[in-house]
Amino acid sequence: MNAALGLLVQALHLALILAIAPLLTGFVRKVRARLLRRKGAPVLQPYRDLARLLRKEVVLAENASWLFRVTPYLIFSATWAAAALVPTFAAGLPFSWLADLIAIVALLGSARFFLALAGMDVGTSFGGIGASREVMIAALAEPAMLVIVFTLALIAGATQLSTVAAFMSSSEVGLRVSLGMALIALVIVAIAENGRIPVDNPDTHLELTMVHEAMVLEYSGRHLAMIEYASALKLLLYMSLIGCVFVPWGLAAPGAGLEAYAIGLAAYLGKLAVGGVLLAVFETAIAKMRVFRVPDFLGAALMLALLGTLLLFVTRTR
Amino acid sequence: MISPLHLLVANAAALLALAAIAIGLGRSRLGATLTYGGTLAVSILTAMIAAWALLGPASVPALLRLPLGLPWLGVNFRLDTLAAFFLLVIGIGCSASSLHALGYGRHETSPERVLPFFPAFLAGMTLVVLADDAFTFLIAWEFMSLASWALVLAHHHDEESQRAGFIYLVMASAGTLCLLLAFGLLAGPGGAYGFDAIRAADHGALATGLVLVLVLIGAGSKAGIVPLHVWLPLAHPAAPSHVSALMSGVMTKVAIYGFVRVVFDLLGGLEWWVSVIVLVLGAATALLGILHALMESDLKRVLAYSTIENVGIIFVSLGLALAFRANGMSEAAALAFTAALFHVLNHSVFKSLLFFGAGAILAATGERNMERLGGLIHRMPVVSAAFLVGCVSVAALPPFNGFASEWLVFQAILLSPDLAQWNLKLLVPAVGGVLALAAALSAACFVRAFGISFLGRPRSPAAERAVDANRHSLSTMIGLAALCLLAGLLPGLVIDGIAPVSQALIGDSMPAQSRIAWLSIAPIAQSRSSYNGLLLFLFIAVSASLAAYVIHRVASREARRGPAWGCGFPVVPAAQYSADSFAQPIRRVFGSVLLRARERVNMPAPGELRPAFFRVELHDFVWEKLYAPIERAISFGADNLNRLQFLTIRQYLSLVFVLLVVLLLALAL
Repeated sequence: MNAALGLLVQALHLALILAIAPLLTGFVRKVRARLLRRKGAPVLQPYRDLARLLRKEVVLAENASWLFRVTPYLIFSATWAAAALVPTFAAGLPFSWLADLIAIVALLGSARFFLALAGMDVGTSFGGIGASREVMIAALAEPAMLVIVFTLALIAGATQLSTVAAFMSSSEVGLRVSLGMALIALVIVAIAENGRIPVDNPDTHLELTMVHEAMVLEYSGRHLAMIEYASALKLLLYMSLIGCVFVPWGLAAPGAGLEAYAIGLAAYLGKLAVGGVLLAVFETAIAKMRVFRVPDFLGAALMLALLGTLLLFVTRTR
Repeated sequence: MISPLHLLVANAAALLALAAIAIGLGRSRLGATLTYGGTLAVSILTAMIAAWALLGPASVPALLRLPLGLPWLGVNFRLDTLAAFFLLVIGIGCSASSLHALGYGRHETSPERVLPFFPAFLAGMTLVVLADDAFTFLIAWEFMSLASWALVLAHHHDEESQRAGFIYLVMASAGTLCLLLAFGLLAGPGGAYGFDAIRAADHGALATGLVLVLVLIGAGSKAGIVPLHVWLPLAHPAAPSHVSALMSGVMTKVAIYGFVRVVFDLLGGLEWWVSVIVLVLGAATALLGILHALMESDLKRVLAYSTIENVGIIFVSLGLALAFRANGMSEAAALAFTAALFHVLNHSVFKSLLFFGAGAILAATGERNMERLGGLIHRMPVVSAAFLVGCVSVAALPPFNGFASEWLVFQAILLSPDLAQWNLKLLVPAVGGVLALAAALSAACFVRAFGISFLGRPRSPAAERAVDANRHSLSTMIGLAALCLLAGLLPGLVIDGIAPVSQALIGDSMPAQSRIAWLSIAPIAQSRSSYNGLLLFLFIAVSASLAAYVIHRVASREARRGPAWGCGFPVVPAAQYSADSFAQPIRRVFGSVLLRARERVNMPAPGELRPAFFRVELHDFVWEKLYAPIERAISFGADNLNRLQFLTIRQYLSLVFVLLVVLLLALAL
């Protein structure tokens, strides 16, 4: 009976992620618009956009190959899988042991690999410029991410997110400077990975922001819908990740009752709302960087994460 | 009773016989079929016997002594689990190469320069792994080196091949010399050249350190460790593609075998500082290798540089194993060692696949330069699909095999805080960061390699006319691609297969993985970290197909072709992103320091009618600071000594007289 309940919660978790990802995107856009004293589109606009795109026909470039047509679905499901492996409202779900944090990050890497290839498939310079910048940013973000994982593993003794979350919500953690540094580094990596300001701007495809949007310029209709959905899922993934590692309160323990799940869900939605507002405030307060300033930005993340690790070594020898 | 060892030695003998026959058959059409058919059969047999010896109930280690060679030593062979594992790698790589060559070999312009050396090369590699005394080991090693050198020179009219062949010969000889000295030190003054005697002997600290350095140079130069890698990106691509695959995929692994045999088996317990050297060298190798690969536009050279990167990853893993072993952390050492061997297997499979793909492109278009390829996905659908699998594997992306082994390496890195030494504690996270950087750069490199060669529009008429490869090549590539996927989905089986090797060398092995539910892998405990490629793959495959099906059923299924958007300008192939422009951001960020990359733009003033020029300058520090001075010194010495050849008879006589006096004086004193 317990196993069946676990599977049910797991299925619910998968559906929940799929359901609220566009909502988060819409929410962030709305808050940003309000901060800029615009009225902004309704919070539910991303759902309408997706529905509209899904109904439209696809216009393929003349020499688009099978890879171009398969990629959107692959990216969507890889990102969905990765997002579903991060604990949201409950830890220790039946399939949470499918991958640890390193594998989750690598799964996103697979999605990026195929997206970059799809960008190059049509053979225009837009796709190429987007793909080459995307892989550069990834090359800078991945080492930082690994060192962050290293810091977390050092503190929590695991890379399995459920275990990490359980440890972080226990009283053993205390207040550590390293954790703060890891948090800042993770936020920087998350901003870069999601192509948010100041690294990239998800709302335009002007030349200045030619990373993600340049790569998907040739996509239309249902394919574009899948890619947009995947971006929304990725944003949700990083929000959930930061939530489950650094503010794990309210996370339902494995096998907890319905009440705990309800509390976990409420806490999770609250965390997302706070995270969304913070992201919007940050984005409105800062200007877009030149592409070649991004290495400094991400280099700071790497240095912070390394410093966090070193500090941890120093404090452990008390 | 015939033991596996007897069969394996007989296999090597059969290969040598094949080489002799191939000399006779020379140019005839039958020669290629017979040679490659023979090597295919023998290699499959080798792989099967090795798998049997590794996994089956056969008794290992087995010994065999042939009354050849030095009369007091004989020729000794030994088959243990380590040898069996590497023979399995050799068997898989060689059978794939032979099968590929059955089709590919027809494009060979001068088969008599390839056929006799190919079986000899295979025999050399097999015998290196089987050797049980220093004499046999060195003979086999030199056999392997020289046969592959001859294969590098198969296209000897090509100036680049000549240069590659020369540098390879110099480096290979220097490497063998170092190994010779290393074994001399190991054998000690008594001249005990048998591996048993070496294993039993107690080597002093000085001798151990010297042997380590010599082996790092000897085996490391063959494997392609920075700074001894310079010959590799020249020699590997110069050979015919099936040989390139063998050199990159298998011969580098034999070199790693040499390192493992000496350092883990013969030398026994080592100090922790040894691991620092190996870790630093490995990390430098991984990073520099992949950076060079990103700057290169010759497809086969990209692959060769990526081999250097992967060797670096393997050495980092071996260094971790040494560090853990020196600290008595046998479980962690077993994890790192297993990761290294797993990556050895993986790299041999996907690098062979990639080289076959490059060979298929070369056969179809006559081009190795990516800047003249493009759009091949439409004309070579099967090759492109298989090559894509290879690219995803080498880029260490789930759910393929490259990720599984790199994941294990990272898991081993995460255990480093328990090490006792502060230097190692601080070094290993940095090495981990470098490794993550190398992995990300390798993804970038293979996005570039695949994207420029196979995607987009054709950049040359040759690329427009390309057709898919012949059925031998295609079946080889499909088979290897399937192996990549299989090893990625079921890593637990491979890890359990490696367990006896690590048990024998480290004294411990990773916990049995096949007993974990759902075939996931967990290096230490499932609550700490686990990974399940199979279920992830199934989830992605099912949900992607389901999403596509539902959308096509419910929402829309129409698709229309239209011209690509080029800002109102016609989209021409020349306006595409090129390999150079793709690498530009990375060149600027990483290359400006490590390769001192400089871009020079010579732009005409407005109204001026001359063309604009854009030049990229790259510097290979290793070559400029290390090899160029040596080269200059040798040329200087040779030029000056050359005068001795143009003396008169009187001067020669007086030289002899002076020498005589000096010798007599030496005697008198």
